[in-house]
Amino acid sequence: MAESHVTRHARGPVTYLIRVFAIGYLLLLVAWPVALVVTHTFDDGLHSLRAVFSDPDTVHALQLSVIAAIVATAINTVFGVGMSLLLVRSEFWGKRLLSALLDLPLSVSPIVVGLALVLVYGGRDGWFGPTLDGWGIHVIFSTPGIILATAFVSLPLVIREVVPTLREIGIEQEQAALSLGASTWQTFWRITLPSIRWAVVYGVVLTLARSLGEFGAVKVVSGNVLGQTRTATLAVEEKYLNFEADVAYAIAFLLASVSVVAIAIVSFLRSRKAH
Amino acid sequence: MSIEITGVNKRFGDFVALADIDLNIPTGQLTALLGPSGGGKTTLLRIIAGLEETDTGQIVIEGQDATRLPVQKRNVGFVFQHYAAFKHLSVARNIAFGLEIRKRPADEINRKVGELLDLVHLRQFAHRLPSQLSGGQRQRMALARALAIEPTVLLLDEPFGALDAKVRKELRDWLRRLHDEVHVTTVFVTHDQEEALEVADSIVVINEGRIEQIGTPDELYDAPASDFVLSFLGPVTKLGDRLIRPHDIEITRYEQAATASGPITRWTRVGFEIRLEVTPDDVLHPDPVQVTVTRAEATALGLHLGDRVWLRPAIGAEQVKA
Amino acid sequence: MTRTSGIGLGVAVLWFSLLVLIPLSAVVVTTTEGGWANFWRTITNEQTAHAIRLTVLAAVVVTVVNVFSGTAIAWVLVRDRFPGKALLELIIDIPFALPTIVAGLVLLSLYGNDSPLGLHLSNSSWSVYLAFAFVTLPFVVRMVQPVLEELDLDVEEAAASLGASRFTTFRRILLPSLAPAIAAGAALSFARAVGEYGSLVLLSGNLPFKSEVASVRILSAIENDNPAGAASVATLLLLVSLLVIVVLDVVQRKVAQRG
Repeated sequence: MAESHVTRHARGPVTYLIRVFAIGYLLLLVAWPVALVVTHTFDDGLHSLRAVFSDPDTVHALQLSVIAAIVATAINTVFGVGMSLLLVRSEFWGKRLLSALLDLPLSVSPIVVGLALVLVYGGRDGWFGPTLDGWGIHVIFSTPGIILATAFVSLPLVIREVVPTLREIGIEQEQAALSLGASTWQTFWRITLPSIRWAVVYGVVLTLARSLGEFGAVKVVSGNVLGQTRTATLAVEEKYLNFEADVAYAIAFLLASVSVVAIAIVSFLRSRKAH
Repeated sequence: MSIEITGVNKRFGDFVALADIDLNIPTGQLTALLGPSGGGKTTLLRIIAGLEETDTGQIVIEGQDATRLPVQKRNVGFVFQHYAAFKHLSVARNIAFGLEIRKRPADEINRKVGELLDLVHLRQFAHRLPSQLSGGQRQRMALARALAIEPTVLLLDEPFGALDAKVRKELRDWLRRLHDEVHVTTVFVTHDQEEALEVADSIVVINEGRIEQIGTPDELYDAPASDFVLSFLGPVTKLGDRLIRPHDIEITRYEQAATASGPITRWTRVGFEIRLEVTPDDVLHPDPVQVTVTRAEATALGLHLGDRVWLRPAIGAEQVKA
Repeated sequence: MTRTSGIGLGVAVLWFSLLVLIPLSAVVVTTTEGGWANFWRTITNEQTAHAIRLTVLAAVVVTVVNVFSGTAIAWVLVRDRFPGKALLELIIDIPFALPTIVAGLVLLSLYGNDSPLGLHLSNSSWSVYLAFAFVTLPFVVRMVQPVLEELDLDVEEAAASLGASRFTTFRRILLPSLAPAIAAGAALSFARAVGEYGSLVLLSGNLPFKSEVASVRILSAIENDNPAGAASVATLLLLVSLLVIVVLDVVQRKVAQRG
């Protein structure tokens, strides 16, 4: 299929010009800088990576990031699949508005996200914060806050993958299942879910990558308390500003590798599926 | 003056699309390139248009060597199977496109577009978008767009292939009448023999990259040059050791000198036709013979399923050795 | 709607409200509680006003650059063929995958004090442009790419057969088809840029009147226990986000209309 899109015209000078420009732009802006970071990380061999894993605070930061990412992803997956089904298969008042609003987290600044959550869930002056604090639930400056912030910024990603797939598949398979006697739950579990499983996988991977990498919103919401609410991304900042650049690079490298590998796998699987 | 095609060869990798094509398309005629899918007819059409380049040979259009000329300069009108409508432009702007490119004055463009809109009966849709039109209407728009530039030759690539049967028939008639009015040299590609037989002045049968036969519809139907042409242009059946048309078989219920005889083993009525299958007694040629008669004939002969009948070729029937 | 769907919708909307809608409206409410005078004072404060101007200017410039570079890159991805092209696909996704703080480190390595190119852009206002360009790279590309892939080559051939040169075909036939995708990508790119924070922390030094952006001012206000001030600037940024959503919706409807 890709062949038919390749231009059928002869290759003119314009083609080469655009090609050189595109490659050059990507090289100078992304490829070269990333390559430099990778080499910086291994300047001292594996020393800086080992330093990362021998420092308990840093290890805790990594663990916190991973846990927050996993929990946020789990929440967003359940929410995302459910919401996608509702958007594609049901009609209700305000559907178009809701669909548009669901894209909001993509365009809101992370600092604003943090501020918004603090204003509502802050223990001192928040709208709900003091009440929740009274019940013993601490959101801001604590792990739940980090999870909320992470879930906020990565909210739409599963939905954006699943909705187009659901639309494409159409409702016929589900109707066939119902006509054969399956209940709503059976239909969902045996027919709908398997048919969207790849879209869900892509969405989950993208959500995980985004969640691991959140910085600004988490900074506002966590209070950045060493050993308790410092995530891996916050650790990168702190280490660099404290002249421990090599450790900063090592953590950065770890975070980047996971995210980039995740995205690479998704792209690869997607292109394989298309053929 | 005409389109002269000499010595054209085209390969795509290892696949030979066209081999040694020599063809002369007379001016002002409606010519069909007929053949099965993948046979090379679309490739030939695109080479004439300049959308593909031929490996060898020459294309001369109205005396001018167009072989290396890019498509923009050939002044051909091309109509695609899936319309290739400019989706963001209204019907009128679509039709006007070629004239705007040629920088014609605005009032001339408006006049021409108006004329063409009337010609294709789309006047009331002038300001609609293509997405608001039916398939048949979109194709009429595409035709008007191609005619707007007053092309030397009009080329149509399976123009009615994407439309449903009734619309196809209507547009087929319409194209024929349009050609009678406008007289532009027209070449169209089709795999539908009925379409070619009905519409074209002359048919070029192309199969596996080669020309099988060129002629008028009558010539091709009555004097096929090969069994491929015979079987492609219409239904065939084997009677004895010859290929013949099922409606060219004389059938009787009484014994006579016959090529084959046997019981009627199948009886299918399609509209006014009755399609029979007769299984011959002859062990040397045991395959069932298809015989087509009209309902009136069947009634007059008193035919029924299971009757024993005698078959022989009708007088003057075209036959080809199988 | 069945009853299960109804309950499901209720729960989903409740969660969405608690997580997103209520917090975001809290930002706007906090701003209005402070009164118009307070809002005006906050955003016209010299340092803040400069930060806002720098943020918007850089976002606009980078978005314009993205429109051209994004379209060109998408073109190369879809229409061109050369060894190693698949690698380009991966490179384009990196800014999207990378944590923003890491993006800052990445840019520092080539454009910081130890720059092998000799380009020392850190701690200057150029760093803002650079960071914005990095994080918004994929948006226009990924919007334009699928549209280019879906484009019917027949339409381009039709234009050519009617006499249009390659450039005219691009200008009059392709570009209009790509325009909605480019607009959507530009809107997302702009919104992403004005809200950017993480990549600037290490790269720009957040120097007042030089490389300080709007999000940094909000953070300062939060840290200085000035929620109303923070909310004021945040509301401004939220307006941008909402505008983007509207643009995306309008574009989507126009595309659907064209069929």
